[in-house]
Amino acid sequence: MDEPRLSRRRLLTAGAAITAVPVAAAAATFGGRDVPFKEGQANAPAAMDDTTGWIWFTDEEAAFISAAVARLIPADDLGPGAVEAGVPTFIDRQLAGPYGRGERWYMQGPWGPGLPTQGYQTRLTPAGLYRAAIKAIDAAVMRESRGGSFAKLAAADQDTFLQRLEKGDVALDGIDAKGFFAQLLQNTCEGFWSDPIYGGNRDMAGWKLIGFPGARYDNSEFVTQYGQAYPLPPVGLKGRVEWIRS
Amino acid sequence: MAKKLPSVDALMIGFGWTGAIMAQELTDAGLNVLALERGAWADTSREFATTFAQDELRYFWRHDLFQTTAHDTQTIRNDASQVALPMRKLGSYLPGTNVGGAGVHWNGQTWRFLPSDFVARSHNLQRYGAAALPDTMTIQDWGVTYDELEPHYDRFERLCGISGKAGNIKGQIQPGGNPFEGPRASEYPNPPMTMSYPPTLFAEAAKGMGLHPFPQPSANMSQAYVNPLGVRLEACTYCGFCEKFACGNYSKASAQTTILPVLMNKPNFKLRTECEVTKINLDSSGKRAVSVTYVDAAGEEYEQPADLIVLCSYILNNVRLLLLSGIGAPYDPQTGQGVIGKNYAYQITSSVNLFFDDKILNPFIGAGAHGMLVDEWNGDNFDHTGLGFIGGGYVGVVQTGARPIETHPVPEGTPNWGGAFKKAIAANYLKTMSIATHGAVMSHRGNYLDLDPTYRDVYGRPLLRMTFDYTDNEHRMSDYLTDRATDIARAMKAREIRINKRKGSWDVVPYQTTHNTGGAIMGSDPATSAVNRYLQSWDVPNLFVMGSSAFPQNPGYNPTGTVAALAYASAAAITQRYLKAPGALA
Repeated sequence: MDEPRLSRRRLLTAGAAITAVPVAAAAATFGGRDVPFKEGQANAPAAMDDTTGWIWFTDEEAAFISAAVARLIPADDLGPGAVEAGVPTFIDRQLAGPYGRGERWYMQGPWGPGLPTQGYQTRLTPAGLYRAAIKAIDAAVMRESRGGSFAKLAAADQDTFLQRLEKGDVALDGIDAKGFFAQLLQNTCEGFWSDPIYGGNRDMAGWKLIGFPGARYDNSEFVTQYGQAYPLPPVGLKGRVEWIRS
Repeated sequence: MAKKLPSVDALMIGFGWTGAIMAQELTDAGLNVLALERGAWADTSREFATTFAQDELRYFWRHDLFQTTAHDTQTIRNDASQVALPMRKLGSYLPGTNVGGAGVHWNGQTWRFLPSDFVARSHNLQRYGAAALPDTMTIQDWGVTYDELEPHYDRFERLCGISGKAGNIKGQIQPGGNPFEGPRASEYPNPPMTMSYPPTLFAEAAKGMGLHPFPQPSANMSQAYVNPLGVRLEACTYCGFCEKFACGNYSKASAQTTILPVLMNKPNFKLRTECEVTKINLDSSGKRAVSVTYVDAAGEEYEQPADLIVLCSYILNNVRLLLLSGIGAPYDPQTGQGVIGKNYAYQITSSVNLFFDDKILNPFIGAGAHGMLVDEWNGDNFDHTGLGFIGGGYVGVVQTGARPIETHPVPEGTPNWGGAFKKAIAANYLKTMSIATHGAVMSHRGNYLDLDPTYRDVYGRPLLRMTFDYTDNEHRMSDYLTDRATDIARAMKAREIRINKRKGSWDVVPYQTTHNTGGAIMGSDPATSAVNRYLQSWDVPNLFVMGSSAFPQNPGYNPTGTVAALAYASAAAITQRYLKAPGALA
């Protein structure tokens, strides 16, 4: 056989796709009773790295994230907010992993600004976008308030600044403020309501707030209990709160 | 040089629903069949077990079951004046990959199209006159009729154990079913799903308005079912992780839960996974496909000869592979000539949220196809005179499970974040529901698929370029459906409602629907279609092209039932006629 057409470099580019597919032998032939079922194997979710501290964020970045998500979903008399639910840790671990690297995404050039209807068009990965955006936000706060950073603003001023970000009404040194805000809000909601195995939704605070019962798999007996409150507490992939935090 | 492999009788490119159906039929006919799947093997116990399948972040937001855009995506633009840019992350639609394809994460909403849908052009011309169809609207008749497809719809419904209530059996209207559907030979194989509270409330209100609500036909099992191949599916548990997820419970029909336990054990069937076909090779006449070239996971290139080739990948990949292989004349939107890439269409959706004070609705209880609907405004079920559009869609409440990252509706005027946002979600989550509309998209001259001049995939091949936008026809129709949904919502006497019309240009960012269609359309004339009524290529008769790429325009229903019926009809034509005399089927 001659040299395969795919270079090693190309294959590495393709690596995202190859690693993202389930655990199976490469290019296997199956059939005629040769079924690829392997007893005892399961493509279970990767557990969060639960070492303490930040993996992706610097301390300054973590200060911004903690301050910002505390405004997006605040702690109040209804219960814990995003910070108490572990959302900063969730976002940190997400950005340190395949999502943060944009591993599944098409990240080849050329790059153009694009129209809003064309979606994500920055060459920055999500992790890179957070780094650049937080730097630009703190620089903008510094410029406007002659010192300090977003995290050091009063809560009301933080809200005003976030509203401007949401409208795209802040110059962020080439970063799309509106796009970054939308991503931050999305990741905050993800951290607040995803399964606790990813570091957020601590003590299932997000699920308890709204009455979502989590990763339950059989609701048959409740389908026709019209208007009745669901009687069971939430459960995650690792079990109930009291089992996880014994 | 690619390594040349021994020939097979029939080769499937892609191994989702249509690949599995066709392989099952052709192996039954005695052929040696090989399927090549670009993704990996996937089975229920290992890939989506009930111990971890209910993971909203992993499967929906991080796309674990979906196509990886790093590997292959489309470039997108709304019209030819724009520069198409790659869809870098998935959004508006979610193509699958791996064994089972998008049939692993589909909802299971299993429809038959209306008899008039198959003759959309001639029917609308006859009823409304030529003035009702804009010059730029390029809708066509299918070249096949509902009556011809009926037995094939029936086969798929029995394979899957569809849960539903017939509305028309041999011309007799059945109470409780959809009175607008085409005549069926018999009742559904399983009774309807057990309805939760929100669809029931919708049905009561609709009935009170003189409408005819009916249970959505569902590939989620209302009870345990053994299909004609002897494969058993289990009763659905309404877990709410179905739409966009894989079922860990053997309760949603997919290739894995209906065909593979039989097919994988046949001595005349082989499947090669992580093998991506890069080209269909023709002989020197250009009229016969002799082999495919594929690349395996190690980057080795192979040539696989076959007598019969069936293209069974997702619509967008079907069209792209035809273009990359030089099969059929590429469509030119300037002249309207050419067929490959022509009549790309999609669907248009909208919704109305309802917020109650006095009703606990438990919206997390659900299944992929679990709802009550009305079909009064679908297709040509109503008089379009003076409305300024043709086509329609269904309206109803489909309770798919309110997974909270995706579904936390708040009343009009609520901020998108902050204390008021949190309070509104906490107050409303258990007491909200939504009426959805699901509308047709007609084909238009400027909506098409071709190869991108700039962007490439990991193999260096051009990406497919999608040029698409909604036209006035779609917006008027969708607004009309949304108004009807609003009428019903008002009759339901919620505390308040929120109307979400579909406005402006098609946007790739929010998820809408994975119902892409067209680009290799079927018809009765080789000048205006890519495949004949048996899905056989007009240009290369030993190539058949499955899937919704064959739809000349997109009716107001979910496509899978018709995709499968067309596959069964094609398989019947191959086994009963083509194999006896290989060549163009008249």
